Amino acid sequence: MHDASPILDVAGISKRFGGLQASNNISMRVPQGGITSLIGPNGAGKTTLFALITGFHTPDAGSVRFRGEDITGLAPQEIAERGMIRTFQIVQPFAGQSVRENIAVGAHLKIRSRAAALEKAEDVARKVGLGDRLDMDAAALTVAGRKRLEVARALATDPELILFDEVLAGLNPSEIRDVIPVIRAIRDEGVTILLIEHVMQAVMSLSEHTWVLNQGQLIAEGAPQDVTRDPHVIEAYLGKGMAERMAKQAADAVGGAHE
Amino acid sequence: MPDMAIIVPSVLNGLTTGALYALVALGLTLIYGVLHIINFAHGALLMLGLYAVYYLNVQFGIDPYVALLIVPPGMFALGYALQRGIIGRASHGRDENILLVTLGLAIVIENLSLFLFKSDTRIVDVPYGFQVVEIFGAFLPLPKVVAFAGALITAALLWLIMSKTDLGRAIRALAKERKGAQLVGIDVEHVFAMSFGLGIACLGVAACLLLPSYYVNPQVGHGFVLIAFTIVVLGGMGSFVGALLGGLIIGVVEALGGLFFGESLGQLGIFLIFILVLVFRPTGLLGHKV
Amino acid sequence: MRQLALLGLVFAALFTLPFFVESESWRTTIIMTLYAALLGQAWNILGGYGGQFSFGHAAFFGTGAYTVAVLQVQLGLNPWLGLVAGGALAVGVAAFIGFTTFRYGLRGSYFALVTLAFAEVLRILSNTVPFTGAGVGILIPLDPGAANLQFASKAGFYWLLWAITLGAFLTAWWIGHSRFGARLMAVRDNEDAARALGVDPFRVKMRAIMLSGLFSGLAGVFYAQFFLYLDPGIAYGPAVSVESLLVPIVGGMGTLFGPLLGAVALHAVSEVTREVIGDLPGISLVIYGTILVIMVLFAPRGLSGLVSRLTRSARRKTEGDRHA
Repeated sequence: MHDASPILDVAGISKRFGGLQASNNISMRVPQGGITSLIGPNGAGKTTLFALITGFHTPDAGSVRFRGEDITGLAPQEIAERGMIRTFQIVQPFAGQSVRENIAVGAHLKIRSRAAALEKAEDVARKVGLGDRLDMDAAALTVAGRKRLEVARALATDPELILFDEVLAGLNPSEIRDVIPVIRAIRDEGVTILLIEHVMQAVMSLSEHTWVLNQGQLIAEGAPQDVTRDPHVIEAYLGKGMAERMAKQAADAVGGAHE
Repeated sequence: MPDMAIIVPSVLNGLTTGALYALVALGLTLIYGVLHIINFAHGALLMLGLYAVYYLNVQFGIDPYVALLIVPPGMFALGYALQRGIIGRASHGRDENILLVTLGLAIVIENLSLFLFKSDTRIVDVPYGFQVVEIFGAFLPLPKVVAFAGALITAALLWLIMSKTDLGRAIRALAKERKGAQLVGIDVEHVFAMSFGLGIACLGVAACLLLPSYYVNPQVGHGFVLIAFTIVVLGGMGSFVGALLGGLIIGVVEALGGLFFGESLGQLGIFLIFILVLVFRPTGLLGHKV
Repeated sequence: MRQLALLGLVFAALFTLPFFVESESWRTTIIMTLYAALLGQAWNILGGYGGQFSFGHAAFFGTGAYTVAVLQVQLGLNPWLGLVAGGALAVGVAAFIGFTTFRYGLRGSYFALVTLAFAEVLRILSNTVPFTGAGVGILIPLDPGAANLQFASKAGFYWLLWAITLGAFLTAWWIGHSRFGARLMAVRDNEDAARALGVDPFRVKMRAIMLSGLFSGLAGVFYAQFFLYLDPGIAYGPAVSVESLLVPIVGGMGTLFGPLLGAVALHAVSEVTREVIGDLPGISLVIYGTILVIMVLFAPRGLSGLVSRLTRSARRKTEGDRHA
């Protein structure tokens, strides 16, 4: 997993807001291709880290390299131009504009012609399952529809790397089942994906490698199956002492079986 | 370089004008701090207050200072009604819409006044109009000294209302946390309208204190509205102390600017301050809220 | 393309208007209506499509007007050169105001106030410096002839105005059908989301304010040549700023035909009031202000919003009938 030339290389990033250390000396790498995830309990600083990587906040210390280039301190639009696109956890549609127009804004990153951008928007809309709602006002979409729109706009920019901020949050199980193949299909086209996710099952089934953030620090990394067994991770999610208790339970169960 | 014999009276004059500016700005900052509304009709409403004081004097012989018992309550009622009936319904989720509605109200009030009261500039004739008081060796018109004291007393009263009464507590709660205030059972629309009314009542007080040493015509509000905005941004949107200090500073800057560069360039200085502060320090020099 | 064809049709019809309208006073009315549409479309480019509400478009208008007047009166330059210079200087003022405000991310009400303050600064300056004629104003000598950008007949002025207005409307059409326009509207509707998709809000807003300033400035040039007189209140006073924003707000912000609709509606209303009440000071502004309040309260999307809402509900009704 420790690729010699990761597509994204975050080194020692820190950010403080007043008295709160939102990110504390975080270093992580995302390899080219595939789906990497970033998990952690509420308030762990995941979205802040995304904002630091994509230029919405400027880190106090540390650096971000994207495809070998130092992009620390660049503006969000400059980073987007280089091929790294983020989505928002709280969806941000261009309200009052149609789904097609919304997606075309993304398509225009690489395409000057209006007609070509609108055409591209249609293609992308079909890919994410919005093909039947092209002329709908984006503000009128359901939550699930808006999440798809976030994905579509990002995808329309022809990115190298997409950072998905909780695209599955707020969806019901059947909607989640619908969106997961969309994300896989994006990866299969060769786009690298880094996703923040709260829905554990999704992380397990989608990503090959996961990083765990807690209180602004990375506390674990590895294959999702291994990471979820890590006592630090269990404690972070479920509270202190929980890992010990669970381990004891497991040991008892194993011991019992041997008797 | 003019010597101190000119500068001192000029500064004192600036301070008295500045206190009135501060009073106008206090209303504006109160409204901004609570409702997050930039009330563009502030100058027009001040003008309306001045006409009220004028006609009470001319028609019924009521002294402007006695009108303090009548005009501020009337202005309060007007403000309350405007907020509940019109301004409070205008936003549709965008602050600019409120700005537009208050701009529309300003246009209506001003031009209706032009129509009703004609464009003549009017002054009131009061026996104490030309009396002077000696302060630090400078001679100041009595009405200006009264206005200075009155403005400070009003600011103190406003502070008392805000910190000691139930209404003040409700207003402050609302300014801080709208949802929370709603949850504990504060009637949000009512308190918003009360705040707006209080802000406009300040204009009523200012009108009574101002007219004996000033004049009224339908455009008189213009000069005040941008100055009041300048003071409010200078002192920090929503800051009481900021509005008071900002008012005094602007009054002195205007007086000294007028002394050194002529009156219209003195005004230019105010607008330049306004632009610079808005561009570089939109939270104001002090930058804290109510 | 259908919209472009409609635009062509409307402007072709507008072009022929002077052939049907012979009375000079009615020609003045249609000139003032088209002039309002031009001011409104100029504002609409920045305010409607870009969401940046300026309260100080007089800053651009007055600069265009004073440029053509001062160059003629003080330097004896031909007003056609003044037309170019006026447009260019207005763009320069727009760039300056845009740079100082957008660079620091000033938005919403703050932007409105700062533009107003800039217009006031220019008003005071033009009231002070000698070459604008200060408070007395500046008078352009009457010298009819196309070479002097003056016309013996109102029709000549009308066609000059028509050409400038056509330029403004074509620009607005282009905004609705180009990458630049898509980005401008994206910034208007959600600046952060636009940035995340690679849009540079500063650059987009700068272009918008410069285009907007250009057409406001050209409107100022037209005004100066038409009335041959300017003073600081006319050029930089709030009346022009208010008319500029009122027209698209009434007609429909961010729509191509909104400013035309708004201009026609407002002038129709003020003509009618003049007939009914008479020409009293301030009364037309009372009505404008009332209309502004009513529009923001009840129809924030303007007349074109109302029209599209009505046609949509009519269509829904007929569809409902069909289903029933």
